[in-house]
Amino acid sequence: MALKTEELVLNMGPQHPSTHGVLRLLVELDGELVVNVKPIIGYLHRCFEKHCEALSYNQIVPYTDRLDYLASMSNNLSYVMGVEKLMGIQVPERVEYIRVIMAELQRIASHTVALGTYGLDIGAFTPFLFLFRDREKILDIFEATCGARLLYNYIWVGGLSHDIPDEFVPMVKKFIKEFRPTIEEVNELLSFNKIFIERTANIGVLPPDTAINYGITGPSLRGSGIKWDLRKNDPYSIYDRFEFDIPVGEGKVGTVGDSWDRYWVRMLEMEQSLRIIEQAIDNIPDGDVHEMVPKRIKAPKGNVYVRAENPKGELGFFILSDGKNNPFRVKVRPPSFVNLSVLGELSKGYLVADLIAILGSLDIVLGEIDR
Amino acid sequence: MKTPEEVYNILKEKFGEDVILSYDDSQPVEPVISVDPLKIHEVGKFLRDDENLLFDSLMVLSGVDDFNGKKVKDEEGNMKEEGRTLSVYYNLHSMKLNHKVLVKVSTPIEDPKVESVEHVWRTADWHEREAYDMYGIIFLNHHDLRRILMPDDWGERYPLRKDYEDPEYYNGMKVPY
Repeated sequence: MALKTEELVLNMGPQHPSTHGVLRLLVELDGELVVNVKPIIGYLHRCFEKHCEALSYNQIVPYTDRLDYLASMSNNLSYVMGVEKLMGIQVPERVEYIRVIMAELQRIASHTVALGTYGLDIGAFTPFLFLFRDREKILDIFEATCGARLLYNYIWVGGLSHDIPDEFVPMVKKFIKEFRPTIEEVNELLSFNKIFIERTANIGVLPPDTAINYGITGPSLRGSGIKWDLRKNDPYSIYDRFEFDIPVGEGKVGTVGDSWDRYWVRMLEMEQSLRIIEQAIDNIPDGDVHEMVPKRIKAPKGNVYVRAENPKGELGFFILSDGKNNPFRVKVRPPSFVNLSVLGELSKGYLVADLIAILGSLDIVLGEIDR
Repeated sequence: MKTPEEVYNILKEKFGEDVILSYDDSQPVEPVISVDPLKIHEVGKFLRDDENLLFDSLMVLSGVDDFNGKKVKDEEGNMKEEGRTLSVYYNLHSMKLNHKVLVKVSTPIEDPKVESVEHVWRTADWHEREAYDMYGIIFLNHHDLRRILMPDDWGERYPLRKDYEDPEYYNGMKVPY
């Protein structure tokens, strides 16, 4: 006689250590195999887009900090570029250089969290501490520059809130020198650790065409072997002046596009960010960072979509202006929101334990998903 | 690589002026192509598959409340609003040919229906759910049109509409607390 079997619906979250925030997953299980996953989001909804319609353009900048709170600098940059494009502001060279350095430091800081917590999800505790120790140094640099450690409100429309202090350049140089050995250490501890590879290689394979159709961006897309980085393919700011490579997943220990590839792309990207900072740090031109900051921002009627390569992917702002002091509509395209939507497709047929590994490899932040 | 104007001309030739409604380049940054909301899925499929266009990525899909209604008096002398529309903007990009275009559909607020493009670009799935959640735009043939950010029991209230007012109570809790 055949046993009667049925699928089990398991609720994971909203409070769960491996969901990286307030995310709820409805998991349909057949034994230990995942049949379907439905992410349920919205627990952190803070009405960002509604607020924007009541705020003036520069008042929105601190709100953008709170989207992807691990990459506030990059959020500022993307939004500010949108307003500048709409108003036709050309910012001074000095501002552009500082912005690029800040955005790349932020990318490293965000990746250290992504990689460290990914290790935690899988059960490796030590790399997390190593990476967080070095993230602390980046936060110290930011603190010395603008006083804040997490939510900066640093990049303003047309300029920056403060010029960099005298100790900035030596601090950054010292950080670069100290961070390279950490990458080596983490590679030895985690990247090529047999247990880690067993847990992540060939798990959650994302084929390239599925990735494009789902709109996946950032390291998760590059993990699938697609050489696509907005800093190269749709250059903004002054990224076209620097030499750097775009690492892509190659299936080094498994299949192209598996969780390990997504992890590895982030690991390699930190080195590329260091290269960009090294090229920029000695060439910061003189100038006044407040020179082009407008006293009153009044954007002309029109629409603009501007996007930048955030640590997690393409962060876009669609801004509709009706010529008044407040934007008529601001729509955010958060990378994590789009990247999370592929989770159901990605985790079908794997074990529950693999679901955690897959979710971690997508590197989501709920602050920008729920807005 | 095609400019938005060339894309508009290709579309007009293929679908005619009944479907491809207008081309607006009066604004400073990006020109807008307006399309019939009930044909957008066919236009989208063509935009994605035609070998001169290949718009394989939908960067963002945004709902907008145009808030363009005009106050008119009906026969009994009561004021009412007429002609207000909700719009959906599609920012498209081709990763292979590296060109961009902005497509827009508008639909009356009393009966806001737009064909879903979820089957063309899977990324539209959640974006359309968000536009439904925030503006009440109904996406026809969407496989799973539920609220996404607001609670499921928020009722027929759409927070990003310009005339939205907070409910007084939500599940027995006073809302402006």
